[in-house]
Formats: sequence, structure tokens, C-alpha cells
Amino acid sequence: MAASVKVLVVTGNGTNCERETAHAARLAGADRVDVRMIWDLLAGDVSLDGYQLLCLPGGFLDGDDLGAAKAAAVRWRFARVGERGERLAEQLMRFFDAGNLVLGICNGFQLMARLGVVPAVDRSEVVSGAGRQQASLGANDSGRFEDRWVRLVVDPKSPCIFTRGLASLEVPVRHGEGKVILGGAEVTRRVESLHLAPVRYADSTGCATESYPDNPNGSPGGIAGLCDPTGRCFGLMPHPEAFTHRTNHPRWTRLPELPEEGAGVAIFRNAVEHLRQ
Amino acid sequence: MAHRIAVFKRPQITDALGQQTLRRVSMDLDLELERVETVDVYVVASGLEEEVLARVAREVFTDPVLEDLVVDEPAPGDFDWLVEVGFRPGVTDNVGRTARESLALALDRPISETPAVYSAREFRFVGALERAQVERIATELLANTLIERVTVLSADEAAAGLAATTVRVTGLEAEVTVKEVDLSGSDEDLASLSRDGVLALSVEELHAIGDHFASEPVAAERRERGLPSSPTDIELECLAQTWSEHCKHKIFNAHIYYSRAVGEVEVIDSLFDTFIKGATDQVREQRGEGDICVSVFTDNAGVVRFSEDHNLVFKVETHNSPSALDPYGGALTGIVGVNRDPFGTGLGAELIFNTNVFCLASPFFEGEIPARLLHPRRVLEGVRQGVEHGGNKSGIPTVNGSLVFDERYLGKPLVYCGTGGIMPTEIRGAPSHEKAARPGDVIVMVGGRIGADGIHGATFSSEELHEGSPATAVQIGDPITQKRMTDMLLVARDRGLYSAITDNGAGGLSSSIGEMARDPGGADVDLSLAPLKYPGLAPWEIFLSEAQERMTLSVDPRNLEELMALAGRYQVEATALGTFNDTGLLSVRWGEMLLGSLDMAFLHEGVPTMRLEARLETPARAGDDPLPRDLDCGETTLALLGRLNVCSKEYWVRQYDHEVGGGSVVKPLCGERGDGPSDAAVLRPLLDRPEGVVVAHGICPRYGDIDAYHMAACALDEAVRNAVAVGADPTRLAALDNFCWSDPVQSDSNPEGRHKLAQLVEACRALHDACVFYGVPLISGKDSMKNDYRIGDTRIGIPPTLLVSVLGQMPDASMAVTMDVKRPGHLVYVVGTTGHHMAGTEWAAHLGWSGLSVPVVDLKENEERYRRLHEAIVGGLVASCHDISDGGLAVAMAESAFAGDLGLEVDLGLVPREELASGEVILFSETPGRFLVTVSPRYTESWERLMADQEMSLVGTVTQERRLKVKGLTKGVLIDLDLETLRDAWRRPLDL
Repeated sequence: MAASVKVLVVTGNGTNCERETAHAARLAGADRVDVRMIWDLLAGDVSLDGYQLLCLPGGFLDGDDLGAAKAAAVRWRFARVGERGERLAEQLMRFFDAGNLVLGICNGFQLMARLGVVPAVDRSEVVSGAGRQQASLGANDSGRFEDRWVRLVVDPKSPCIFTRGLASLEVPVRHGEGKVILGGAEVTRRVESLHLAPVRYADSTGCATESYPDNPNGSPGGIAGLCDPTGRCFGLMPHPEAFTHRTNHPRWTRLPELPEEGAGVAIFRNAVEHLRQ
Repeated sequence: MAHRIAVFKRPQITDALGQQTLRRVSMDLDLELERVETVDVYVVASGLEEEVLARVAREVFTDPVLEDLVVDEPAPGDFDWLVEVGFRPGVTDNVGRTARESLALALDRPISETPAVYSAREFRFVGALERAQVERIATELLANTLIERVTVLSADEAAAGLAATTVRVTGLEAEVTVKEVDLSGSDEDLASLSRDGVLALSVEELHAIGDHFASEPVAAERRERGLPSSPTDIELECLAQTWSEHCKHKIFNAHIYYSRAVGEVEVIDSLFDTFIKGATDQVREQRGEGDICVSVFTDNAGVVRFSEDHNLVFKVETHNSPSALDPYGGALTGIVGVNRDPFGTGLGAELIFNTNVFCLASPFFEGEIPARLLHPRRVLEGVRQGVEHGGNKSGIPTVNGSLVFDERYLGKPLVYCGTGGIMPTEIRGAPSHEKAARPGDVIVMVGGRIGADGIHGATFSSEELHEGSPATAVQIGDPITQKRMTDMLLVARDRGLYSAITDNGAGGLSSSIGEMARDPGGADVDLSLAPLKYPGLAPWEIFLSEAQERMTLSVDPRNLEELMALAGRYQVEATALGTFNDTGLLSVRWGEMLLGSLDMAFLHEGVPTMRLEARLETPARAGDDPLPRDLDCGETTLALLGRLNVCSKEYWVRQYDHEVGGGSVVKPLCGERGDGPSDAAVLRPLLDRPEGVVVAHGICPRYGDIDAYHMAACALDEAVRNAVAVGADPTRLAALDNFCWSDPVQSDSNPEGRHKLAQLVEACRALHDACVFYGVPLISGKDSMKNDYRIGDTRIGIPPTLLVSVLGQMPDASMAVTMDVKRPGHLVYVVGTTGHHMAGTEWAAHLGWSGLSVPVVDLKENEERYRRLHEAIVGGLVASCHDISDGGLAVAMAESAFAGDLGLEVDLGLVPREELASGEVILFSETPGRFLVTVSPRYTESWERLMADQEMSLVGTVTQERRLKVKGLTKGVLIDLDLETLRDAWRRPLDL
């Protein structure tokens, strides 16, 4: 009997894609999917312990007022569970150490980057800000928020668990700050040599691109998402949870051959199947 | 001492805002700069030791990969000029508030022990500019001086140091007294009392108030309770709010004496009862079992049945007056404000979509801008940004909308914002659309704090824009405070923690409590308990403030503790302000001091009915101009595609999140390259269910100048047609009406009032006729009657404008159809007869052609046609369907072709038409009720059989060759253009 897979989708304080993220996790076959507020985590009513997949969905945490997910990273790092309990970030590290999976989408990815989770988990950065943030998301080159569908090409050599077996994917981006900026040459080398950029924006021929609008934000090398070397933490700007049904696709009325289930569910199914083993 | 933190980009990091500013300085102001850099400024108020701040500043204020900071010194880098933009005291500073929260977390201190933080931004210019030019950039592009303060410094001046400006409101705790207002003066005195105090009460209404207070037993009761014999300031303000045109719709409820021809006078007792509610009553009766209305005209939004276990909720509001002064804040507040309407309907709905329609003057307007008005380009960019922030940050997809351009909207831009919601039909075993506060329930205000923002919003919008229009009428919404609140309230709703809920919009607490108190029959409010943003507000200001993000609840005392605990956990402020009772009085106190007490019946029913005269002026012209001869139809088609009302709005669509929620089915743009303008939106609000919601609208102000009746009929028809075109079931539609009119009350200063009122009567009658015929109930709406600008000798009134929004349904969203042609070889049909309807069209506006032949709706033909077409769509027979409207058949064909990235070959001789219609008429007439449909050869037989007795014909085919080729009636080929040319003409004009 395969292990039961429990998924926690964290919402509240400006997150707004929790519904479709939970829906995608359910379609992917998770046994239980709970959508809970960050406030319930901070109150100690809910803990990451007991779940195997943590989803950090898209939205505008704290309105992205200080930069995308910046204030939220401060909250995860410093806010305590209960009155004077552990910090949320410590709980996150325990969750990671137990071999579990973290998926951050859009604002969730921005949060992971600003916390120091991708492209490598830097423990002291996550829990106290004393380490090094290795990557960030800068403003789109266009200077605009944009909602448009993009084509992603998947790096087959990436350790990323979520993209296993996938070659490409069509999904929408909906962001104003999505340009991946790596913190220096050394980080860039590691990302390239360890294949920590599992998805890149691609042109119509399927090659990674830096040209607008196929690459909507100007990310160098077309990087659309990052994972850590274990492949268990994955963050990406595009929204796989926005493509759970064929009618989500912008050209579905032209493509009668599209399967009923949207291609974005595969990202979640990879996670669920990995956790079952 | 306060500290100034300057956060700047690291080298190699793109300063996107700086580059965008550089572009706009050049494009909008025609000034050339070499470079613009931006620096984010945070001023931390005194109370923090320097070394403590130094320890946490980097953590709180910067992203180390992108940014660095300096404290109390200028950020590095050379520049010629520096402009600092920050908020004025009391204006909502969302960034400052979040920064303070982060600072508190990093310091591990409570918020109350953390100093306030104020945000600002430096723009640093490199380039040879004069100070006056920099000041122009600052005030015309970077800041709105109504809400923001600007400091312009040369490099030398900046070198002397930058001030750490804290913009705390330094109001003093005012002594609270009961102020009496004397209503015994002359009529002139009363008129100036009303105008000076922004009360918007007429002399007649002030007399009614005076009489009420002088009558027994009111006077005796007041003596007994120690209140003065004339109204107190708070009582008068509360009456003014409640009786405002904005809240009571006095014009829609007036007795109207309407003369169309000499000697013949029709008396209309309430436009609302006669035509709006009248139509709905009739439709509901006709529909019988099929009636979908659940709650109409009684709540903040209309409610209709959707599925067995869910209802839909929809409301559209206008937010015109504030948007004229501050487009960004106005649009933002318009959206987060209308969000609270469905949210405050019944026990509260989950929000699933936003819509917005803006009516503006051309962004390329080159004339002089009258005093206090902003350039339309600035208005356009401001409202765009407002929607982006209001809609995107709230996590509600903006699925439908449009931009309508007419020069007269310079005087008052129209900002229509709509929000739809969904709620389970039952919550805890009771119908979710029902609610009622009970005597003994606690009045709880939830959400943001109260400030001077938005005071007199309701009465202000009930006036024309004039020199003294109050700046405090502008508010800035905060989507995140609202999101926290709505997250919390949905949990409270499902736990049954409140018995009623309503939003604080126009009139603030005075309106929300006043409304909710109708069910129990009274309320007692203690304003000294209200949480304020800053001290110094008079009690009446607290009562009337339209500060955003607030809902009012009625809470059973037994649930109060649980509600408060929930609010605390979700970081939402909740405050008990009093109790509901059955005294028949709305009493307002400050602690023990009674400030006022109003009879509930007088408050809600006491407003005198207006008596108004309407007289329709006959048009000056007798008929149409002669049709121009020998126009190049290809050139004309390109010109129409590029007209502002027709051309691509992709610039806006892409910047709005139109698919959050995961249920997007038909997006605003569709087709092979995502450049086809969809007729309506379709979404699946329940991700595990197939049912679809359709959102569409119709608006045709250009026809209204000629004939308001046909304008309104066309608006409804267009909305219905758009909904049907994507697959909505025409028997399950619901509509909302939003009238925006130039003042229809005749006076010395408004000599055309009678005619405008007659136009309003005609529009209402048309809406009634069309709704009844189509079987579409009106479920909610709003009117805005003072859309005029008058300063000095300049008067601008808007054209009569009716927005009809339609909420449709589909049992299976995957049967939806889009407007792009699909495959070569598909057959092209025109459904519906083309008539000679050239007046008020885009074609007429393009040529400067005048006439009286406005589009006229054939209700009977169309009603039948829409049902048949729907049958064909759900039967899967239709490959593409596009509504034929602005710009006529020529524009529809071009759009469907380039959206499908395929050509069309069409013979106009085959198009069903009235006798004698020329090729130009067939191409450019805007006869309502028509569609351009393509059908796969596989289905043509079934399609033609189904549509057998309809005015419809096969007119051509979809071709592989990417050209639009149109054969004329006699002259051979009228149009032969390649797709790129057509697409380019459509995309370019507003590709900002």
C-alpha cells in the first residue's frame, strides 16, 4: 500500500491562487489537501509537521508593498508560532529535513527566493537572515505586470522532482516582478552545472529564449524557475495550477485534440507520485 | 529623531520604474532626459536607537541581491535634478504600513511599540532641464498634488541634505460639543448652507427637515432628551447623506411630468418603479418556474440562481467624481469598493470576477484642459494602474470591460466597476441571501480605521464638479487590508458569527448602520469607540467618513467573543460601536453625551418626492446627409479598425490578471495569436463543476445624442448579443443598468435639464421594453445624475450614457464558442438582416457624417434568433461566432479573420439586407442583432435546417490565403487586404 500523501496549501494575507492550487493537487491524486491560513500556522493550530507537500501559491503577500513577497519573507523568518514559540522558518527547515517537498508558484517562488530556499537551501539565511540570499526576482524588463501564456522547455537533466518526464509545458505568467536575478557568477555556475533551472521560457522552436514576449520578463537564459540540488524545493513564476482543464488553454477552441485534464497538473502529479514511493 | 532610509538598485540591476518614467517623460510631455533613476525612501519616525535600526534595516527594507541602502545620507549616484514624491498627511500609505509591520517582526516587538514608517520615492534626473520643466514632470506625471507632496531639488540643493519628512497628521483632540444648525433662514440662506457645507440638500428638503423637527411629538421628545429644537450638525449631515441623490435616487423616484408633443403630458410616478422594477416584475411573472431571480433591488447587489446549490451575485457601480480628481485612487477605490457590494450581499459572497468600463476623452486630445481637470492620457493611465492594483492584488480576475471615447468625457470621466460573486444557496441550513440585524445585536465595525478620507463622497458625487470640490472626497483603497478582512469574514460567515453584514461605502457608518437598523427598528451608536487613523476628527466626520475597507456586522452578543478572537488572529481590526434596538430611533452618542437622534421612518421615508418636468426637443435636422460616393472601402475599413472605440485594448488586458481563480474559459483576447477581441467572458467558478458564468456588456452613447430610446435598446441588445455569441443561454440572463447622465433637473443654470430628463425617460422606457421582450430581468443597478463640469464659463456635460452589464449562464462551459475563424474551408454566414443604420456609427464619426438613422433593435426577430443560435451553439454546430457591432460587418470580418490567422472571401451580394442597401451600408451599418458565424462543412446541413426560417445566408468561405476579400454588389472587389495590414491597423493606435 502506497503512503498517503497530505498536501498543505498556505494562504491568507494576500495569497489568492489557493483554490486552484488545491484543485490541481487533488486532481494529481493527493489523499488530502488542506487549505489553511498563515494566521492558523502562526497561532499553532496547524503545523507543517504531518504534511508532505507544502504549496506556496501565487498572490500579493502584504501587497508586495516592499517588493514581491519581501515582507512575507520577513514574516516567515521572524514571526513566532504561538506567543513565544519557534519561528515559522524553523518549522520549514524541519519539514525540509524530513524529506518533504515544497512548491512555490509566482508569489510563492518569490517568497522561496527571498527566504533563501532556492537555488540551494541556505539554512542560516532561512532561519535568521544571516546566510546568503542567492537569487531574487526583479521587475520585468517591460516595467509592467503582464498576463500572457508562455511555452516552457524542461531541462531533462534537472534533479527537479516536479518536472520529471516532462519535455515542455504551456502555462500563463501573471506577474510584474519575475526576472530571475542570480546573486553572482558562482551561483550562476552552480545553477547551470547542477541543472537547477528546470524550466525556461522557450520560443516557437522550443529553444530557451531571452526575447520578448516569448520570455515575458527578460530573465537571463530564459530561466522561469529554480530548484534546489535535492530537487525537492521548486519555485517557478508561471502558473501550472492555472491549467487544470482544457478550457483554460487560450486556444482550446482551436485545439479539439487537447486532453480534458490541463497539462499543469503534471507538475503536481510528479510530486504526489514521488511521495507515494 | 526620525531616520531616512534610501534604498537604491545595485549596479547591473534594471531600474524598470526609472526606464518607464524616462519613456513617459518623452512620450507624454515631449521632454528629453538622458536617464532617470529611482530610490525608495522610508522615513522611520523617532523612537528607535540608531544601532538597532542599523541591525535590522537591511533585512526589512532591501533585497540584498537587487538593492542596497544608506541611512541618513543621500544614495550614491550623480544627477541634475531630484524629485521626491511622498504622501500628504492622512493619505493612506500602504507601503509605509507594511514596512512598519515588517519592522515590528524583525525587532520582535508589538506594532504599537514600533515607530511609524512613511514611504516616499526619489526620481533622479540626468539631463539638461530647467527647474520649471522638472516641476512640470513632477506635477503632471509623477505626483498628484491633491494627495501627494512634491519636493524638487537641484543637485546642489540635494547635496545640502535631504529631510526625513514624517507626514503625521497633527490634528488636535477636538472638544466634542453638540452643534445646532439653524434652519430658520431665508431660502437663499438655506441654499448657501447646503452648498457651502457640501450637503447637496435642496431648499425644499431643508424645509422638510425644519418642519419635521418643529413638529410634535418630535420637538417634545427632543426637549426631554436634552437635544436642541433644530437639528444638530451630525443629524443634518446624516440626513444629507441618506437623502443624497447617490443613496436615495431621488430623480429615479421623482414624479415626472413628461411632454413629448404639444399639449400632451404623461405623468410618470417613479422611473424606477415604472420601468426598472416594473420590467423585472413582468419578466419574473412571465418566466414563472424559469424565474432565476433570488434577491433583486433589496440588497447591495442582485442575486440569481446558478446551480442547485449556488447563487450568483453581481453589482456594477460608478466612481466618476473621485476619479476625475485622482484617477488612480478613484479607480482603485471604485474596484475595492464595488467588491464589498457582493461581499455585503446576503451573508456575503465569494468574489469571482471584476469588470470595468471607462468612458474618457481621447488620450491624444490636444486642446486646452479646463481648470482642475487632468489630461485624458493621465486619467487613462491612472485608472489603468488603479485597476491593476485594485483587481490584481485582490486576486479577482478582471474578465470583461471596455474603453469608450468621446470628447465630452473630458468634463467627467466615467469609471464603471463591477464585481460578481458566488455563494452557496444555504449557509448553516438557512438561505444565504437573507439577513437581518436583531434588537440586541452588537454593531461591529470590521477592517480599516477611520480618517478624513472620503468625507462627503455621497453628496459630492451628487453635485457637478466645481471649483470647491473637496479633496477629501478622494480615498485610496488598500486591497490587502480588504483581503485580510474578507478572508476573515468568510470564515466568520461559515461559523454563523454574524446575523447581517453590509459595507461601508457612500455615507460610511451613517449609511451602513442606518440601513441595517431598519430591520430591528433602531440603533444606538457610541462614536467615541470608533478606531481612528489620527485624532482631530469631529464626530460627524467619523460618522460620515468613507475610509475604505470596512464592513459593518450585527453580532449576537453570545458570538462577540469568538468573532473578536478570530479577527485578532487574522490581524483584522474589529470594534463594537453600539447595539441595534427597536426604539424607532437612530441615536448617536459620544460616550454619555447624546449628539443626535433621528426618527428611523423620517430618515428613510421623509425625503420629499421631487417633481420634475421633462420635454423632448425635436432634432434640428430633418434627415440624413447624402451618403458619400466612391469611398475606398478598404481604406475605410482600416480607418475604422484604428478608431479608438474599435482598436485593440491589449495594452490594458495584459496588465490585468484575467485568469486568477483557475476557471478561465473565454479570455478577453482569443485566437491563434491571442489578438482576437472576445465578445464576452466565460469562466467556471466551481473548478470541479462544468457550469459556466458569462459576463458581457453593452454601451452605445453615440446613438444617444440622436435618440435616447434606441441608444438604450441597443445597449441592452448589445449586451445580450455578446453573451449569446459565446454561448450563454438567452433564457437565463440577468442584467444590470448603470445610467450616467448630465444633470436632468431644469434650472436657470441648467437650461437643457428638461430635455435631458426626457432622454432619461426614453432610455428607461426602452430598457423596460427590451428587457420584457427578451425576458431578461434587471437585478441591480445604479445611477449617477450629475456628470457635469462647470467652472467659470466652461460647461461640459457628458452624452447620455447607459451601461448594461449582463450575467449569463451555461450548463457546460466547454460548449463555449470564440470569435476567431477556425479552419480553411469553413463556411461563412451572416445572421440577421442589415438595415440602413448609419447615424451615430463609428463610420459616421470617422467621416463626420450626420443623420438620424440610428440603429433600431427589432426585438421580435432578435429574441427568436438568439434562441436558435444558442441551440446551434450548444449543439456544437458553430465553429466561430462574432457579434457585429462597432464598425459594422467590415470590422467584424477583419477581426474574426486575423484572430483565426486565416483569410475570408465574402460576397456582399449574398448578405441579407434591406432593399436598396449599398455595399457601404452592408459593410459599415451597425444594425443590431447580427452575427458573423462560421460553420464546418460537416455541420452546414444541420445548421441551415436549424436556422431555416431565420434571416441568414451563406456569404463566403474561410481561406488558407491570409487576405480579406470582399466582392461588392456591382463594382467587383471592394476590399482586398492582407491580414497583417488589418491586424496592424487594429493593434497600433493604443499600443502604448
